[in-house]
Amino acid sequence: MSGGAKLPVRVAEVVQVNDLIKRFRFVTRDGSPMPAFSGGSHTVVEMDDHGTRRLNPYSIMSDPADSSGYEISVRRDDVGRGGSLYLHNHVTPGMEMVISHPVNLFPLDTRAKKYLMFAGGIGITPFLSQIAQLSHHGGRFELHYSARSRALGAYMDRLTAAHPDRVHCYFDEEDQRIDLPRILANQPIGTHLYVCGPKGMINWVLDTARAAGWPEPALHHEEFLAPPVGDAFTVQLAATGKTITVAPAQSLLEAIEAAGVDAPYLCRGGACGQCETRVIACDGTIQHNDHWLTDEDRAEGQKIMPCVSRFAGKHLSIDR
Amino acid sequence: MSLDFTPQFDGFFRNETFRDDFTYRNSPQNIRRFAFPFDRDDYMYSVNMEPHTPGRPGSVFEHTFDVDEHYVSEMIDRAKVLAQDPLRCQSLPHMTLAGWDLLELIMESKARDYPQWFSLEKDGNRWRWINRPMGIDQTFTFLDESTLPYGPFEYITRQTQGDFSLQDERDGTLWMDAGMITSQADWSLDFDIGMNFHEWHAPVPLAHEMGVFDRALKFLLKLQHGAPVRRYNWTMTVNPLLDTAPETYPEWGHMRTLPTQENMGHMMHLRVELQGLFRLPRSNAIAFSIRCYLAKFEELVTVPKWGRRLHRVVRDIHPDVAAYKGFLRNRDAMVEWLSKYDDGKPTSPGWWPDDEE
Repeated sequence: MSGGAKLPVRVAEVVQVNDLIKRFRFVTRDGSPMPAFSGGSHTVVEMDDHGTRRLNPYSIMSDPADSSGYEISVRRDDVGRGGSLYLHNHVTPGMEMVISHPVNLFPLDTRAKKYLMFAGGIGITPFLSQIAQLSHHGGRFELHYSARSRALGAYMDRLTAAHPDRVHCYFDEEDQRIDLPRILANQPIGTHLYVCGPKGMINWVLDTARAAGWPEPALHHEEFLAPPVGDAFTVQLAATGKTITVAPAQSLLEAIEAAGVDAPYLCRGGACGQCETRVIACDGTIQHNDHWLTDEDRAEGQKIMPCVSRFAGKHLSIDR
Repeated sequence: MSLDFTPQFDGFFRNETFRDDFTYRNSPQNIRRFAFPFDRDDYMYSVNMEPHTPGRPGSVFEHTFDVDEHYVSEMIDRAKVLAQDPLRCQSLPHMTLAGWDLLELIMESKARDYPQWFSLEKDGNRWRWINRPMGIDQTFTFLDESTLPYGPFEYITRQTQGDFSLQDERDGTLWMDAGMITSQADWSLDFDIGMNFHEWHAPVPLAHEMGVFDRALKFLLKLQHGAPVRRYNWTMTVNPLLDTAPETYPEWGHMRTLPTQENMGHMMHLRVELQGLFRLPRSNAIAFSIRCYLAKFEELVTVPKWGRRLHRVVRDIHPDVAAYKGFLRNRDAMVEWLSKYDDGKPTSPGWWPDDEE
């Protein structure tokens, strides 16, 4: 089965965290424990949005030691493709849903002497489960968390109450900035850096660390891409003999699935590599939007990641 | 503290040896459930992985961790190996959580699949584990190492057939950072520990050129919790030695000169590894189980399909593969002995014995 093992769950709780963010708690339908997971994991939530199948990845923010349920926090995106709006507007306690087993593309390196974390906005969610895990095992960490305003700084209160000396908060509205060069200069050898947030923040943190001489294996980031909206395009599925049209707000992967073709996937956000598909013929331009393929892969033009990438041109045929 | 156990053979478990007088053998019913690894009449390296889902009842695929008639004697043999060489079990400090993950996976699986032999009771993190074949009744605190006689990894793998290694995932590859290796086909944990996936596979011939390891690693990095996979590997071993380690080569290496046409059926063993790969939930590490099954040639040829097929596989194998697996010097003699059991008839596809046999 593509997408891996599934967990049938019930929505136990929905909490409005602030103007933009809601928190959802999932429990098993039969009351048994949820599978254990590692801090930084995500789950793919399956949604039936009035006939449109949506599968979006969300970091699990709850304590990995708590096997009674998983919690995710979802930021409402009013101009996105609709997954967050569906969760905000239609998902209520008691509903039965299906989510994937946890997958971790942002794991803690358990050899690290210290964990230096940078979160921007909703990018705080993987750090919440990581910090819970580290708290149980006595791991050292330091979190720098920036949000637009105090009102939108989700979970800042609980973090600063639990870890007053380790959590540092910053607010764009108050012109507070992370003093990155100074923070990077003050870390012990063996520190690993983790960053999750907007693309600009990730690039800034990683580039600054690299320029300061941080070793590449000590730098970790996670960014899930929503499949970008674009022009409609037509694709030939050579293995199954079908020709499909991908709608503007639909991903190629979703269009393949809508045609009844089973295709592999995991994260659906351009990060994990599971959906990699061979290109058989291409007369046009593949718009590679993933983090998976290397520059050499893209130059060769033999592969496409259907979860986030699109096409413009005369003809595209893929091995699916 | 140590793991004191009182073996309970109970009529099902065989009391036998894998050293000295070599009393190991398979009962007739155990031969027919042997993990025969050839699904066709020839062999070449491949990734050959499939989902590790419950398989044919009675077969080695029926349960997550197969427990068979050799269980108790294998655990006694492991304890002897560890008493002589404690470095056969090692776990780097950052792998303790992965050890707990494995302990939980094995205890839950065995208690579910073999309730007549194993039980696990949980009261929060206070657990009681009963292993009746080994005479063990242990109450301990999950995630608290001080409540077990060994670390969690060594504790549970002293009670589980097969070798185990734990792979940490980082920097886009896997690192062998823990292992319990006492029934291995001539490789050393003490040498390999801390190596990454390509480093520890470096000695394997041909497969690198075929891209097997690049593909296998890519596959493994996407391995998901709740969706384990398995594959077969195999070699040949003279005498039923579980422990064929480089460290003890002087003790067993010379045995490879002993086979003759007269003793081949009794002395030569097909050694099959049923390898399982499990993503572990709390640590995100990958557990690799390497379960060794041994069968004498004279046992295997009691299944006519296997006799025909084994002859053809050994006869036609690439010499580099035979050399790496350590049986090139005996290959011609093995083919001569096996040829008596190959009448040239076609064989059916797949591993299993034919029903009418």
